[in-house]
Amino acid sequence: MQDFLEFRTISKGYPGVQALSNVSFSVRKGAVHGLMGENGAGKSTLIRVLSGDQSADTGEILIDGAQQHYRSVRDAFHAGVIVIHQELQLVPELTVAENLWLGRFPGKAGVIDRQQLTGVVSKKLAEIGIDVDPSVKVASLSIGERQMVEIAKAVMLDARVIALDEPTSSLSSRESEILFSLIDRLRANGTVILYVSHRLDEIFRLCDSLTVLRDGKLAAHHPDISKVTRDQIISEMVGREIANIWGWRERSLGQERLRVENISGAKLRHPISFSVRRGEILGFFGLIGAGRSEMARLVYGADARNGGTVSVDGVTITADSPPHSIRSGIVLCPEDRKFDGIVQGRSIEENMTISSRRHFSPFGIINPKKEGALADKFIAKLRVRTPSRRQDIINLSGGNQQKVILGRWLSEEGVKVLMIDEPTRGIDVGAKSEIYEILYELAADGMAIVVISSELPEVMGIADRIMVMCEGRIAADIPRAEFDERRILAAALPDVQNANTLSHAQVR
Amino acid sequence: MTSLKKLLLGEQGLVVIFALAFLVVSLTVPNFLTERNMLGLLQSVVTIGIVACTMMFCLASRDFDLSVGSTVAFSGMVAVMASNATGSILLGLVAALICGGLVGTVNGVVIARFRINALITTLATMQIVRGLALIASDGRAVGINDPSFYQLALSRFLGIPTPIWVMALFFVAFGFLLNRTVFGKNTLAIGGNPEASRLAGVDVARMRIWIFALQGLVCAVAGVLLASRITSGQPNAATGLELSVISACVLGGVSLAGGRAAMTGVIVGVLIMGIAENVMNLLNIQAFYQYVVRGLILLMAVLLDNLRSSAAGRRA
Ligand SMILES: Nc1ncnc2c1ncn2[C@@H]1O[C@H](COP(=O)(O)OP(=O)(O)OP(=O)(O)O)[C@@H](O)[C@H]1O
Ligand SMILES: [Mg+2]
Repeated sequence: MQDFLEFRTISKGYPGVQALSNVSFSVRKGAVHGLMGENGAGKSTLIRVLSGDQSADTGEILIDGAQQHYRSVRDAFHAGVIVIHQELQLVPELTVAENLWLGRFPGKAGVIDRQQLTGVVSKKLAEIGIDVDPSVKVASLSIGERQMVEIAKAVMLDARVIALDEPTSSLSSRESEILFSLIDRLRANGTVILYVSHRLDEIFRLCDSLTVLRDGKLAAHHPDISKVTRDQIISEMVGREIANIWGWRERSLGQERLRVENISGAKLRHPISFSVRRGEILGFFGLIGAGRSEMARLVYGADARNGGTVSVDGVTITADSPPHSIRSGIVLCPEDRKFDGIVQGRSIEENMTISSRRHFSPFGIINPKKEGALADKFIAKLRVRTPSRRQDIINLSGGNQQKVILGRWLSEEGVKVLMIDEPTRGIDVGAKSEIYEILYELAADGMAIVVISSELPEVMGIADRIMVMCEGRIAADIPRAEFDERRILAAALPDVQNANTLSHAQVR
Repeated sequence: MTSLKKLLLGEQGLVVIFALAFLVVSLTVPNFLTERNMLGLLQSVVTIGIVACTMMFCLASRDFDLSVGSTVAFSGMVAVMASNATGSILLGLVAALICGGLVGTVNGVVIARFRINALITTLATMQIVRGLALIASDGRAVGINDPSFYQLALSRFLGIPTPIWVMALFFVAFGFLLNRTVFGKNTLAIGGNPEASRLAGVDVARMRIWIFALQGLVCAVAGVLLASRITSGQPNAATGLELSVISACVLGGVSLAGGRAAMTGVIVGVLIMGIAENVMNLLNIQAFYQYVVRGLILLMAVLLDNLRSSAAGRRA
């Protein structure tokens, strides 16, 4: 089949960063094309150029042989290009149908034709196989369902090219599966799909062809994905071999460090208890909505507790707020980077040292040399791609922002208990193994580490013990020697009989 | 981008524009660049300048304070009345600082602990405090008994009136506080993302109370200097001050959405406000037009800021 979408020598620079240089490749009609690369490699930038959100410095885009000259997202819309960003663009207070018609409501003289409004939408949704009621408000849908609605919107607009930027990063595995089958149907209709992801499994499951970017340049282009191996792609991305991403080694565990007893709160009714030893990495696995993040927020004092105690090294902590917890040696790296993590408008340096700077600030006066040195150290250690530590964090790529937030807690002193919620969401393979290495080092120094993750391979890869949560309760506690994928998954699923209501249980 | 555009829209764009405007005005407006006029100009911005220091913190942390004008008038009144009553200027000053600090602390506690919107809270205290000033003085100006109270405003050091020194000192101190201390950085962090700051261990509620308390104290200082300059406590002094101060801050690039502020910007903002008024006075432009011009300057500043953000290509 012929090439349908073609990028020709696209370059795009930002102050201090060449985000894309001379990128050229093309995608066949009806193909799902993967786009991979390290954090900051330029994937999102390429998508932004395609969507008309940013204009390229040089180069051109051709669709079906015709050169595109659009200068705004609207123009790209009309050319049939639709981008689904990670931050979804629906209006929560409108219904699904209203969202799908937004901007061009059917009807006469300003009066909306309700019949047509929902009628056409239900037909369209059924056609592409999306099981969502068009008359409910978007606010009541799960993230996965919202993503479906976004895709439906693209289909309704007769999109010829749909680009998805890390669509599965906040989906449960079930929701991801539904997304994949939807993508399969779109492919059969001849739509070109550009798919950005850090997850190799998904890439192999979905894509026909693949492009790897590295430092803004085209590192490799594979017109047929069946001719490449995982290891090959990884080394094309990071420029070196990574034998074993997890790198887990046996560690000696010390005495009990963190003890949580009967903790409960508004969103976690059943009391929860567990403990972690010095040097131990405890993994928390469960479906989205199982209550893992709520549990961690309660331990950290981010949300009000109804009851229960937390003790560190045998001493009960009376603290019930983040500043107190930090001083008692408990820290939490939150799950939602955008709302709970980054401080927009401030530099990488300030974002990284927001908590730890008090250690080098006698009388509250910051020592800028030490602050800079600390920031530079973790920028190097976590391989944050940036021209300078003074760069506004909002200008970093998604994965690099995540690394900065991790750096915030890895640079904190006196931490006894480190809890990390989804540590590697949106982070590339190379940096992942780097981060695991840091966690092992910290554990070896005696820290107790709690890792919450929705990625089973990750929890199984790095944890010494796994606790499985299901519907707000602890469903299983499994030591490393007994790790078994089936057993863990079975514990995470609510009730087998209720399996079909599962997708609703995952609503967050 | 052409280099001119780069210069105007860069970090120091406002300073460049200010320098150009200053040059043009100096060359075209008679009597502008004289020592007498310069000192007069600086004297006229002392109240705005001092209060802008803490308003900058308030705005940077995504808060808002409408009660500053009332607090300035009230604490000026208190200073005069207390020193008249006790015969001690020092006691008068202390009383004024206590009252100002109290108003600020009340603002802060209501806003941070009871989570009432800052705009509403300070709109309320603005009226309450103005009312208190009117009640205390029975609506009339209260004259100063001890002439040495005047000396606060009249005395000079190295030929420059004390209030100008005080303002300069405040600029330096608060510039340092903003850029070099944990307090300042935390203020900016709260403005950038309050929830993220809370989770990162910043005691957001306490910070906000401190910021408002400081604002009250600083208003008291401005109130005392103002009373001394106008030789009496006036219950209607400093009406509309809050708008001038917020304008000066916004002119100086402080973001109303929080998270962005710079002392140099605020200083320039204060000076632009002062120069505009001064020049219009020198040119005998009617006071009615001055409102229009001030509004236009503010609009232009905001537009400039907008252009600057989009030139910098911010994503958010
Ligand atoms: N507005 C901007 N200003 C300055 N630099 C920017 C801006 N936008 C992107 N960049 C830089 O361009 C480079 C490419 O960013 P991009 O977002 O395309 O990366 P990415 O491949 O999507 O990474 P990730 O996997 O982390 O999402 C990064 O180094 C980033 O810091
Ligand atoms: Mg990206």
